[in-house]
Amino acid sequence: MISSLSSRLKQSATGVLVTLIAAGALSACSPGAQQQASTTTAAAPAELQAPSQLVMRRLTGEQYKNIITDIFGPTVDFGGRFEPDMRTDGLLAIGASHVGVTAAGMEQYDAMSRTIAAQIVDDKHRGMMLSCAPKDAKAADDACVRQIMTEVGALLYRRPLTGAELEAFVTAARLGTTETKDFYTGLSLSLASILSSPKFLFRHETATTARGEMRLDPYTTASRLSFFLWNSGPDAALMQAAAKGELNSPRGLNRQVDRMLASPRLESGVRAFFVDFLGFDEFDNVTKDTALFPKFSTQAAEDAQEQTLRTVVDVVLTNKSDYRDIFTTRKTFLTKELGAIYQVPVVSFLPNGSPDTWHPYQFTAEDNRAGIMTHMSFTALHSPSGRGSAVLRGKAVREVLLCQKVPAPPGDVSFDLINDTTNYRTARDRLAAHTREPMCAGCHKITDPLGLALENFDAAGAWRTTEGGVQLDTSGLVDGKKFAGPAELGAVIAAMPAATSCVTNRMLGYALGRAPARDQVTGLEKSFQASGYRIPALMKLIATSPSFTRVSPETAPTQTASVAN
Amino acid sequence: MTRLVNRRNVLKGTLGGAAVTVGLPFLDCFLNTNGTALAATGKELPVAFGTWYQGLGFDPGQWIPAKIGTGYTHKHQLRMLEPLKHKTTLISGMKYFMDGRPLETHTSGYQISSTGALRGGVVYGASLDQNVSDVIGKRTRFRSLEIAIGGGRRSFSKGVGATTNPAEPSPKGLYTRVFGPEFIDPNAADFKPDPMVMARQSVLSAVKDERMAMMQQVGAADRARLEQYFTSLRDIENQLSLEMQKPDPLPSCTQPDEAAAGNVGDSVVDAEQNGTIMGKLLAHAIACGQTRVINVVLNSNGLRKPGGTLSWHVLTHEEPVDDALGYQKEVGWFVEWANMRFYDFIKAMDDMKEGDGTVLDRIALLWQTDHGYARTHTMDDLATMIVGGAAGRIKTGMHIRAAGDPQTRVGLTLQQVMGVSMNSWGGGSNQTNKPMTELLA
Repeated sequence: MISSLSSRLKQSATGVLVTLIAAGALSACSPGAQQQASTTTAAAPAELQAPSQLVMRRLTGEQYKNIITDIFGPTVDFGGRFEPDMRTDGLLAIGASHVGVTAAGMEQYDAMSRTIAAQIVDDKHRGMMLSCAPKDAKAADDACVRQIMTEVGALLYRRPLTGAELEAFVTAARLGTTETKDFYTGLSLSLASILSSPKFLFRHETATTARGEMRLDPYTTASRLSFFLWNSGPDAALMQAAAKGELNSPRGLNRQVDRMLASPRLESGVRAFFVDFLGFDEFDNVTKDTALFPKFSTQAAEDAQEQTLRTVVDVVLTNKSDYRDIFTTRKTFLTKELGAIYQVPVVSFLPNGSPDTWHPYQFTAEDNRAGIMTHMSFTALHSPSGRGSAVLRGKAVREVLLCQKVPAPPGDVSFDLINDTTNYRTARDRLAAHTREPMCAGCHKITDPLGLALENFDAAGAWRTTEGGVQLDTSGLVDGKKFAGPAELGAVIAAMPAATSCVTNRMLGYALGRAPARDQVTGLEKSFQASGYRIPALMKLIATSPSFTRVSPETAPTQTASVAN
Repeated sequence: MTRLVNRRNVLKGTLGGAAVTVGLPFLDCFLNTNGTALAATGKELPVAFGTWYQGLGFDPGQWIPAKIGTGYTHKHQLRMLEPLKHKTTLISGMKYFMDGRPLETHTSGYQISSTGALRGGVVYGASLDQNVSDVIGKRTRFRSLEIAIGGGRRSFSKGVGATTNPAEPSPKGLYTRVFGPEFIDPNAADFKPDPMVMARQSVLSAVKDERMAMMQQVGAADRARLEQYFTSLRDIENQLSLEMQKPDPLPSCTQPDEAAAGNVGDSVVDAEQNGTIMGKLLAHAIACGQTRVINVVLNSNGLRKPGGTLSWHVLTHEEPVDDALGYQKEVGWFVEWANMRFYDFIKAMDDMKEGDGTVLDRIALLWQTDHGYARTHTMDDLATMIVGGAAGRIKTGMHIRAAGDPQTRVGLTLQQVMGVSMNSWGGGSNQTNKPMTELLA
């Protein structure tokens, strides 16, 4: 764990970041950089030439954790809780461009920053985490603090610190040391002040102008790339590329994007996108009545999310397959807890007795499961705690997977029939009322056939064939395509144009922090199609497109400041 | 000590230029006119404010008393409030206006009751409790405390912008936040400022300009978000400043027992247990001077009986009306259960004695809901309640019958009572400049 920090800091200490500071200051105004800045990427569709907006995104809890883990190692205890994120235009990544910091949230950031900083300087870690030691542990040592803050500050602010910033942290550490008569306490308070600074907590984007065109400055480009592809801050190589102005040229940008797409850290970025896209944050609010669903547990709910993420990663990254396969694949990964829900025996230990938590598993025809819609992470997430809901599941297929908006029901609807389980045993019988009532039919013909196909899964995601003693009929017809049951539904969804335009829309919005324009999505989807619907190709198209780095002047503040000022 | 002397002392301290140690918030000296005196300090107890949001309304015919004015008797679904009726004002017949906008069920009503208007976009106005907190909450350790009973972290408390103050669903979480290691017992014999607190103050001061510089580098919308950050940061600075002063003794303040980590979920059993503990914790928090603004969400929508397949919300839609009772029987059970939780809550406030009064006597706790009748999502004939006398500023023990007035009149009145400078509140047809003078003491 510590090696990650020490190696990064070693790079810094050997002068990489010192070079960054100088090169960063020059890159924005170098004539060569200006010339390169206006060059467009040949692969990008015409619709992705349009400039994007400068956005200021609050770090998600996961990004905050990833940054700290990348810099200080995985054993750091955070000791706090993040503010809830906000979903806007279908994504938390877009909501992050709108949220601030509440008083309760600030308390948590403040407490977490001190908890983390105290661990960095404690007896156990300081030797490995810090690149120098004070002459006297009871007195201030500005030179040592300056060295540490230059290194750590650049990693946390995702750019070199300005002189004024650096001196503020040196002063802060000196004052803290004077008050407490302890160098390391003073240093930890100064480190904590970086971790609770708005410049750390918000991904603040700045722009420069080259040949009359505004574009992200190199460090902002590096951050956009890094959070998009890795869901964390830039590494040393990316910072160095920014410092040298390499990200201003299509060739340099391509080189970095290719490197990042080839990195194992891409999995973290892909997972983060699908956690957001599939709405897994909602699992925080999922409970099931254990009297009704005894196999459901907090562990099973966590494993359910991981199961789907492993499945998605297996399709889109490991096998580099067509994105649409996530709706049909029978290959998945199970734990013992999930085995209980899926009625599949899973052994937690290898024959030699060592623990073996995750097992690859191929659903059989008898399992009647194929694709992520048949996973517990979908069927349980989109069900109330006491009973499954065909309407909610159908709505989720439309809204989450196909990006189609289902209107809210009218206010004055009587739902008496839907709960008449005596005369109408199954949800299909009860929901038939929707088709008889013109007021309901419009929307429910959109949602119900999809949701009824998933009625074979109870509120916890377990298989069932009957409801109220009556055999379930999970066949249906959606958009002119027939299916026999849940396993076939996935193929119908995969064939819908909305399935691929939806992920295109969300991926672009995720990268840019704003809901994309319709023509941008249409243009990008054509290129996505040409790639055989490969997710890494889609990510590369976005990351190397002019829209990713060009900025609309209207979104810039009146005074655009260069970070090196 | 009289009010005048208090004010003089405060002003004298300010003008003296020394480190100003203000035991009693400045504004309260001007605002309190009917506060109850405390024997130990002779100072008036400051007014407090709270909101309680409980969705899904009540059942028609089951709650509106026949008699208007004083001396009324609560009907079936509110009968549990009888013992504290004299400290409660019930208002029936108010309305949320949609102005032709589509009804977002269970959302539109809350938007109007909390902010006075339907939301216009991602960014919208502050909730009334935060307007009140701007006046009475700035000098307490917490400008406001939000809790959720029944799981989730949703609250309806927010400043201007997009971000809602997250609610605390766990009794242990609430206990740790308020009465954890950073709590200073106002009645402790010894007080020694912690050098670490002083060091934190110095560090914050040293990096202040460095942080503020960011304000110059962002556009207007993002500047508003940063302003919220800096407001929240000032709350931290305020907390540190309070930790450096010996607090005035508060004889009624006692540190509550540490709360255990309970199940936070949507079962009524867990919700009842957690609600009871958190109600008592909030009463302690007010009595110990930690906050003057509290916000409670009873997370009605997902609540279930153990083993029940249908939640309260789903039942409002799907349960047939019982012919004999004239309302949905199971839904009625949940309404009474929730009202019992509200009673437990106000009883906890009333059990917290302060001099010859109680915490309930100096709070105004506003009970609001999302719909008049949840089954059909009506937006009229709303139930609204105010419990507590706001330190003698408002009348209680009445049933007021409104004739379709905007419900925002209640919010306007209470904000004015709390000292918020506003002549009108709300948007569209929910805008009003008519406070309910019949509420004023």
